[in-house]
Amino acid sequence: MTNSQTLAPTLRLSPGKIILWSLLILGLVAAGIRYTKGMGAVSNMNNVYSFGLWISLDLLCGVALAAGAFTTCTVVYILGKEEYRPLVKPAVLTGFLGYLAVILALLVDVGRPERLWYMIIYQNTHSPLFEVGLCVMTYTFVLFCEFSPVFFEWLGWHKLGHFFHKLVIPFVILGTVLSTLHQSSLGMLFLMMSDKINPLWHTPFLQLFFFVSAATAGLAMVVFESTIAHKVYGMEQETPLLGKLAKAIPWMLGLLLTLKVSELIWAGDFHLLFEPGKFTWFYWIEILGGVVAPMILLAIPAIRRKQSTLFFSSLLVILGLMFNRFNIGLLTWKRPAWDTGYIPHWMEFAVSFGVIAGAILVYDFVARRMNLFSNGHGAAEGGHHHA
Amino acid sequence: MRFTRRKFLMGATTVGAGLALGPLTGPVRIALASTAPAKDPPAVLYDLTQCAGCHLCEIACQVNKGLPPEKALLSFRTGSELDGPNVPKGAWAIRRQQCMHCLDPACVAACPVAAMYKTPEGPVIYRDERCLGCRYCMNACPFNVPTFDWNSGLLDAALIRKCNFCYERQQQGKQPACIEACPTKAVIFGQRSEMLAEAKKRIAADPDRYVGKVYGEYEAGGTAFLLIAGVPFDKLALPDPGDKALPPLTRTIMGGTIPFALSWAAVLTGIYGVVQFRQKRMKQIGHGAGKEEKK
Repeated sequence: MTNSQTLAPTLRLSPGKIILWSLLILGLVAAGIRYTKGMGAVSNMNNVYSFGLWISLDLLCGVALAAGAFTTCTVVYILGKEEYRPLVKPAVLTGFLGYLAVILALLVDVGRPERLWYMIIYQNTHSPLFEVGLCVMTYTFVLFCEFSPVFFEWLGWHKLGHFFHKLVIPFVILGTVLSTLHQSSLGMLFLMMSDKINPLWHTPFLQLFFFVSAATAGLAMVVFESTIAHKVYGMEQETPLLGKLAKAIPWMLGLLLTLKVSELIWAGDFHLLFEPGKFTWFYWIEILGGVVAPMILLAIPAIRRKQSTLFFSSLLVILGLMFNRFNIGLLTWKRPAWDTGYIPHWMEFAVSFGVIAGAILVYDFVARRMNLFSNGHGAAEGGHHHA
Repeated sequence: MRFTRRKFLMGATTVGAGLALGPLTGPVRIALASTAPAKDPPAVLYDLTQCAGCHLCEIACQVNKGLPPEKALLSFRTGSELDGPNVPKGAWAIRRQQCMHCLDPACVAACPVAAMYKTPEGPVIYRDERCLGCRYCMNACPFNVPTFDWNSGLLDAALIRKCNFCYERQQQGKQPACIEACPTKAVIFGQRSEMLAEAKKRIAADPDRYVGKVYGEYEAGGTAFLLIAGVPFDKLALPDPGDKALPPLTRTIMGGTIPFALSWAAVLTGIYGVVQFRQKRMKQIGHGAGKEEKK
């Protein structure tokens, strides 16, 4: 509570803010060119690489890394672990802004963005992408509702804030169900590419792997984001609390590793781990660097107690997940003979970084004005009880 | 006529009813969708040993659809394009490429708005008025067929391009434009069972001329476009997607979505209830103990 009072709204442009604003403007310019001249003008995607950087980075990594909101809410509201309440509001805000960023990036990536809502009327219930689309739309709204008490409190609309606060439990349950569905159906998106994606990654259980890895990386993101926010806003770090939360990560990584190895043995692909080739290296780097290493590190209490080592270990989980999503979404595909290669255009990066920069700027706006870092009360309670 | 009005109406009604009933009837619609398409759909046999690579089919397609070459639905893969890892440099090869019209198409299972649609008669058509341009169909297609308008802005309406087997011509009882245009009869049109029998007859009659296999008989669960050739298929950069149809990989799981969501919500509510109950009990015990201490 005292923390939030020390954060004053500021119009001063720090170097960080200048960079963020520049990235945002650059992203908007790239989006403008894309909308007038077509995707080919800002991207190097082609008929062979028709899912490019935006799908792997913005959709796959973006949604998975925004999972911190639902994991934290589940832990606090459903499992009743009250001690993690201070983490809820920032995690829900990060999740909400993350999903908004995903939607904005998709509005650039999709050929007919003005028709995105057609998914509601022309539903193909067999399509994993239909499930992803509908869940992402609904869940973004649910995240807003979960965060809305803080927002309405700031506006001074106490009655509306109180109304949403009352509904928090149904919202959290709905949010967890929707997250389970779309985190896993993002993996399901790639089931039909069984002939294209390298067998080290492709499995009939992609949906399970996507869900477990996203839930794990979601916790790592809470550590990552909380550490940075507390540093930027000059607040005392919550390392003991984050360290306690991170205790769950080795167990979840262990589960993921067990599932992955068992699947390779079950599918008869275990020998591929020792076959020479680029993708064998990719797989070992992903598993050793992004799963085994952080699993061992975070199992050690001394590492969880120290802010820098806790942060670094969580970063490994995040980078490991990102590498996994790029491997599945882009890198390890068998391409047809007329493949001419794909290196993302700089304006593809401009769009991706632009939406991330925009999300950070909104986070900063909220952090400086609304009651985001108060202790003891969760997102849904806003400043209600201690305004 | 192969496509009677009655057949068409029946198909349209089943699909229409399925769409109207909405997502709650997922399993029912799966059943309808898998029985609706014709068992012996119209098909093409492409005999590569008779193809002169003259591009007349390609031109006929463009003229018929009124599309410029860069948006063509039928194109040729030639020389350097086929110089993949399996083709020796400089080896001469040419083949036409268009939609294979799978019996159970991955693009149809993938499309979130059912813009890709398997007609009851068999052809897989693209309904551009629904398309979002998400390009999932391009990625799901085991044959890398659909293409996208990369250079269309918001006002030019960027769309997917894919052969629709001249569905509108077929409904008028005509052959697809590319078939009529072929001067060497390298492509012939008929029911799939006839085309398959013809392909096997040709292979049996001249086994030295052909690779002893019909491409499309089993590939990706079977296609309506069948191909026979004198060179191994991988040297023509034809992918090997396996013999199983791809959509069942997701269809079976997607069918369980709503039961799963409801049970998962019930489990979460249950856990919440138990946790709350236990915390209340703990508090009561705590309070009780406190009072006793005060006494």
